[in-house]
Formats: sequence, C-alpha cells, structure tokens
Amino acid sequence: MTKEECRQLVLRIIADIAPDEDLSDVKKEVPLREQLELDSMDFLDIVMEIRKKYGIEVPEDEYSQLESLESIAEYLTPKFNSVKA
Amino acid sequence: MLNDRIVITGIGLTAPNGNTLTEFRRNLINGVAQIQMLDVRYMGPVAAGICDFDARKHQTRKEIRKGTRAGSIAIYCAREAVTNCGIAWDKIDKSRVGIYLGITEHGNVETENEVFNISKYDYDTRFWSHHHNPRTVANNPAGEVSMNMHITGPHYTIGAACAAGNAGLIQGLQMLRLGDVDFALGGGVSESIHTFGIFAGFKSQGALAQHEDPKRASRPFDVARNGIVVSEGGCIYTLERLKDAQNRGASVIAEIVGYALNSDAKDAVLPDPGQQSKCMLASIERADLSPSDIDIVSTHATATPQGDIHECQALRKVFKNCPNTYINNTKSFIGHSMGAAGALELAGNIPAFKDGIVHPSINIDRLDEQCQLPNLVINEPKKLPKVNTILNNSFGMLGINSSLVIKRFTED
Repeated sequence: MTKEECRQLVLRIIADIAPDEDLSDVKKEVPLREQLELDSMDFLDIVMEIRKKYGIEVPEDEYSQLESLESIAEYLTPKFNSVKA
Repeated sequence: MLNDRIVITGIGLTAPNGNTLTEFRRNLINGVAQIQMLDVRYMGPVAAGICDFDARKHQTRKEIRKGTRAGSIAIYCAREAVTNCGIAWDKIDKSRVGIYLGITEHGNVETENEVFNISKYDYDTRFWSHHHNPRTVANNPAGEVSMNMHITGPHYTIGAACAAGNAGLIQGLQMLRLGDVDFALGGGVSESIHTFGIFAGFKSQGALAQHEDPKRASRPFDVARNGIVVSEGGCIYTLERLKDAQNRGASVIAEIVGYALNSDAKDAVLPDPGQQSKCMLASIERADLSPSDIDIVSTHATATPQGDIHECQALRKVFKNCPNTYINNTKSFIGHSMGAAGALELAGNIPAFKDGIVHPSINIDRLDEQCQLPNLVINEPKKLPKVNTILNNSFGMLGINSSLVIKRFTED
C-alpha cells in the first residue's frame, strides 16, 4: 500500500463517519479537526473501523498520530503493509 | 405560582399512521389503522407499528448515525411542537426551557445491537462501540433534544413503564408551577420495536398479538383479542403558564386541569382495577370536576385478555352514572407505542374540542361481554354537541397508573 492509497482509505472511513462533510478538498498537511467537524468520538470511530476492517490496533498513546491525513498515512501505511505481508 | 394554570400551546408527534396531528386525527376519524409485519431479530415477522417521519428534516446524517432512534423521534416531535406553538424560538432564553420525556424503557435496542455486533467478533469486547454509553443512558432521548435545539435548561426522562407519556406531561406541568422553567417540552417517546427483547418478553408472557392481517392485530375489547402490538412513536407538547402564553399572544390548544399518579403495589403485570379507579377519581377531583363532567375517556386498554377486563371494571366503577361520557381507544389503530402511548393517545383526541367528534375504537368484530361499557364508541365515530373535557388513562407494569384531565380552554 502506498501513502496515497492509505489516505484514500482513511478518507472513505471518514466519509462514513462524517457523512455531511465535503471531503473533496481535504488538505493532507492540515489537521483534520481544523477542516472538518470531527470530535473525539469520531476519532474513536476511525480507530474502531481500522480495527474491524483491517485488524490494526492504534494504542491510545498513539492517537496523536491521527492528526492529519499526512500523519495518518505516515503512521498507518507501514502497519497496513506489515499486516499484508 | 403553585396554582398557575398550565396550558398546551403546541403539539408535535409521529405515530405509525401520521406524522402530524392533522394526519393522525384524520386517520383516527376515518378508521385507518397502520400496523405492518416487521422482521425482528431471532423472531422473524411480527406485527408492529412503524413510523415513517423524515428524521433528516431536523438532524444531520451524522447526528442520526451517532444517536438513537428514540433521540430522532424526540427531536422530530420537539421541533414540530415548537414550530406548532408559534413561539419566537430564537429569541427565548433556552436556559429556562425544560425537557421532560416519558420512556417505558431505553437502551435495550442499543445494547442488543452491540451484543449482536460483538457476536461477529467471537464476543471480543474490543469491538464494543464507544457510542454505547451515551446512547443508553436513560436521559438519552431528552439529551439529544437538548443538544439538537441548544436547550440549556434541565433535561431528563421519566421512566414510568407505559404510563410514561402522561408522566412526562405531569412533570412538565409541575416544573412550570414550581417556577423551575418558563417553557416545558413534555410528552413521551419509544423506540421499542427495535429490540427483540420486548417482543420476545411479551410472547413468553402470552401477551403478544397475532393475526394474519397486521392491521387487525391490535383489537382491544374484542372477544378474539390476544395481546399487544408493539409500536414506536412519540408525542411532545409545549407547555406554558397561561399568563406567559397570553402575554406572547399564543393560541391555546387546551388546559391541563387535573392529573394523578398512583401505584397498585401488588403485581408486576396484572393491573388492579381498584387503584386504577382511584387514580381516575383523583385526577377528576383535582380538576374540581365530577365524573359526569367528563365527555371523552381515552382508555389505556392494550388488548391483553385480562388487562382490558380490569380497566373496564375500573371504568364502570368511576363512570357508572354518566350518560354523557363516551369511551374510546387509540391502540386499536396504532398498537401500543409504549412510552409515547399516553401522550399520543391524548393528542389524537384533542381536536374533539373543535370538531366535537369522538373517534372510535376499531377492530371490534364481537365485543367481549366483560368489556361492555356504556357509550363505548365502536368502529364508527360519534359526533357530540360539544366536547369540553377529556380524561386520558395510561397504565404500566409494576402497577403504575396515571390519569390526566384536560379541558377546552376558556378565559375564566
């Protein structure tokens, strides 16, 4: 999986979690909370979906990695790739 | 203040056969029931009352996804009631608004869903949703209204089994009289059709209705009745002190003049006619009326073989010398909407103050002799010269009884 594929995958999860949001122009370097109406429960939804769909755990002390699309891709892409391997 | 007159100024509702009072009333007058077969988890098709209001009218898709069905029902009813009452909502002090919603139960739906969800993950609780607790706290439906409408006054639910709809109204009235709030949203809601446990529980109790035609399954007072049809629904009223309503030029729908709540203190499921009649009499006495002053009695009867007989015994005792009192039932149209029942069944009768019509109790092919009542309005509506008073009964498990008396509004 590439980082771009990871970003798209996370965007698809966010589309389900925040169905009223326009995701067509989410800037990858900008924190998601500054661009979208997301609260702490929404981030827990993201963590849950990643756990359910891909069996990947995001430990609580690493939630800060989920700040922006870029930081998420940086953090999750290796995890996806190691699961696939 | 404790003697302040409390009036109804707005009504918002959703019932299986109507999403506005106008539509609901029209169907009650025309004998239009709405019960469908619902595929219930682990049970298969069961007769149930399903609402089809548009939740998106007042909620974002995200609110609907995160919240509960009871929350959506409550938000829809509360917002429709506020619109109906004509208050300048954006201008009033939201810290002086209270939300008081009756519920029969809440949380079973969401807990059952989570158990079902983790069953697909070998019961690994890591997959249990973080939304479970905010969805299942008992104040959830009222809390969702608070968040959606930015109401910062008190909000809570009143758990009173199937007497809860009346209890929500009574709580709103009391808080207005105490001066705790200046504007109250009171009524009841239910999402119970989304829990298999309610259906399975009634079935195990021998109290779940069965009929090949679902629209004929709910048949209080009929000799062939065989139990309850469970429904979802909601009905919320805007309540105000009369002087406040008049000061803002509100159109007053009716006045709540009497109420009573009591308990059987006897049996978990079998009602006590003695306590039911005492409850009705206490509500009439508080209204400073006599039983013969009551024009319409909206019965609680749920179509269980024993429950209907007991309520009829209580009614015969209270209204034994009342030739001008007429009796009807709403569950025959929409089933038992649980926490919403009391509030919904009252609402369907309120237009009688204007049109003088008592809607019937339908689905009575052959009246059970033990349910013979003077002036029971059977299958066809009854036009009266004038309707001035309505008594609304709502009773529930663990022996809780509630009666409400409302009156056509007059200035004096």
